[in-house]
Amino acid sequence: MIHFSNASKRYESGQDALKNISFEIQQGEMAFVTGHSGAGKSTLLKLIALLERPSRGQVIVNGQNLARIKRRQIPYFRRNIGIIFQDHQLLFDRTVFDNVALPLIIAGHAHGDIGRRVRAALDKVGLLKKEKHYPITLSGGEQQRVGIARAVVHRPPLLLADEPTGNLDPALSWDIMQIFQEFAQVGVTVLVASHDLDLISRLKQRQLILKSGQLFEDNEAMATV
Amino acid sequence: MKKASTAKESKRQRKPGVSTLLGSYLLRHAQTLIYSLGQLLRTPFSLLMTTAVIGIALALPTGLQVVLKNAELLSGKIDSAAQISLFLKKGASEAQAKQLAERLEAMPEISKVHFINKQAALKEFKQNAGFAEAMQALKENPLPHVIVIQPSISHTGETTMQKLLGRLQNMLHVDVAQLDEEWIKRLYTIMDFIKRGVWLLGSMLGLAVLLVVGNTIRLAIQNRRDEIVIVKLIGGTDAFIRRPFLYTGFWYGLFGALIAFILISIALLLLNDPIERLAQLYYSDVLLSSLDFQTTLALFGSGIVLGLAGSWLAVSRHLRDIEPK
Repeated sequence: MIHFSNASKRYESGQDALKNISFEIQQGEMAFVTGHSGAGKSTLLKLIALLERPSRGQVIVNGQNLARIKRRQIPYFRRNIGIIFQDHQLLFDRTVFDNVALPLIIAGHAHGDIGRRVRAALDKVGLLKKEKHYPITLSGGEQQRVGIARAVVHRPPLLLADEPTGNLDPALSWDIMQIFQEFAQVGVTVLVASHDLDLISRLKQRQLILKSGQLFEDNEAMATV
Repeated sequence: MKKASTAKESKRQRKPGVSTLLGSYLLRHAQTLIYSLGQLLRTPFSLLMTTAVIGIALALPTGLQVVLKNAELLSGKIDSAAQISLFLKKGASEAQAKQLAERLEAMPEISKVHFINKQAALKEFKQNAGFAEAMQALKENPLPHVIVIQPSISHTGETTMQKLLGRLQNMLHVDVAQLDEEWIKRLYTIMDFIKRGVWLLGSMLGLAVLLVVGNTIRLAIQNRRDEIVIVKLIGGTDAFIRRPFLYTGFWYGLFGALIAFILISIALLLLNDPIERLAQLYYSDVLLSSLDFQTTLALFGSGIVLGLAGSWLAVSRHLRDIEPK
C-alpha cells in the first residue's frame, strides 16, 4: 500500500528532514511512526499525502508513483486518503454533519447517499446524536472523533493520522486507537504518527522509529497481525 | 427483446446515466449559488456597502446613456425635419404667398409645406417671446410671410438639397431661402463628443467595479484561508474551491446592477416633469421616462460580467498561494 525506497527530503532551509528511508506497509496493516519531535514523523506523512515531494528517492502509494502525479491530479489522489490532524482542522462555522459531509460533497456524491454515509461514519465514532451541533460546543475528544468520521466517510483505503491523541487524556486516546484498529481489521491501511510511546507499546502494532530523519528501527515483530 | 432490456437495466444500475450526472452537476452549482448568497446575507451591512459602491459606479454611465438615448430620439425628430425656410419679400401679399405655397406643394421634391402668416407670427411672437412692449412700439409688422418646407426624404442628399435651395431662391416673391442645417451638424458633433465621453467614463467606472469586486473577493479569500486549506487537504479541486467565490462575485455584480437600476429609476421619476415638458416642446412623445429594455439588459449584463471577472482575477491570483503545509 505504501512503499518508500531511499526517499529523502531536504527542505529549502538546508535541513535534512528525512534521509534514505525505505520501508513497505501492506494493505490492511496498522503501523506507528514514532520518534522525538523533529525526527521527521510529520514529513513522512506529508510525503505520502503529497503535501511535500521527496528530494530524492521514490514513494509509491496505492500502486501510484507519486512523482508521476501532476499538481492538477493531486486532489483526486488525496480522495483516496483520509487524513486526521492533531488540531482536528474542523470548520467551525458548520455543523458536525456538514463537516463530515465535506469529502462527499467535494467528490460529488448524490444527496441521499451523503446523508446515509455521514450518519454511518458518525455512528462509527459514537457521535450520531451530535450531528446538528457545532464543533465549538464539543469536547476535544469529540472534535477528534468528528475529524476521524470526516476522514473515513468516503471509505478511503488509507488512513493517515498525525498525532491524533496529542491533546487527549489517556482514556480518550485509547478509545481513538481502538477505532483505528477496527478500521485496520476491515482492510484499511492505517499509519499513525505519535510520540505517545506508552500508548503505542500497549497496542502491539508495528513501529517505524525515526531518529533525526533516519529509520532507526522497523519493529515488524511487534505486529500481532 | 426481454434479454436486451434487462441487460440495459443492469448497465444502468452499474453506472449513473449522463442525465443523472448532469443533473447532480447542475444541482451542485445551484447549491453553491444559493450557499454563496446565504454567506453574503449573513453580513448584510457589508454586502450593502460593497453593492452600493458598485451600484453608484454602474448608475453613472447608465444614467448618461439614458440622457444620450433621449437626445438621439429628439435629434431623430429634428433630423427628419431638416427644413428649408422661405422668407418672402415684404411686398408679397397673403394671397400671393398662399398661391406660392400651393405651387410648392405640387413639387415632387417637397413633402410638406407649412405657411406662416406674418400677422399670426407677430401675434405668437408677442405672446411667447416676452418682449411684447418692444413689439408694440413698432409701427408696422417687421415680419415677412414665411413658408416652411420639408423636402421629401429621397431628395435630402447634399447636392440635391443645394440644387433645390437654388431653385427656391430664384422663385417669384422669395427673398431668402434658408436651410436649417448647420445647427443639426453641430448637435451631432456635440452628441458624438458626449457619446465618447460616456464610453470613456463607462470604461473607467467599469474598471473601478472590477477592482472593488476583486478586492472584496481577495479579502473573502483571506478570511477563509483555513477553510481553503482544509478543502485542499481532503481533495477539493481548484474548480471546487473557486466556485463559491465566483458566485459571490456574480451576486455582487447582480445586486450592484439592481441598486444602479433603482437609483436611475428614482432619478428619472424626479425628472419626469421636465422630461415631459421637453417632449411636448419637440412634439415628441417617445422620450424615455424609464429605463428601456436594452439599457436594462446592458446594465445587468455588464454588472454580472464585471462581478464575475473581478472575482476571477482575485481567485486566480490568490488561490494558488494558499497551500496546506
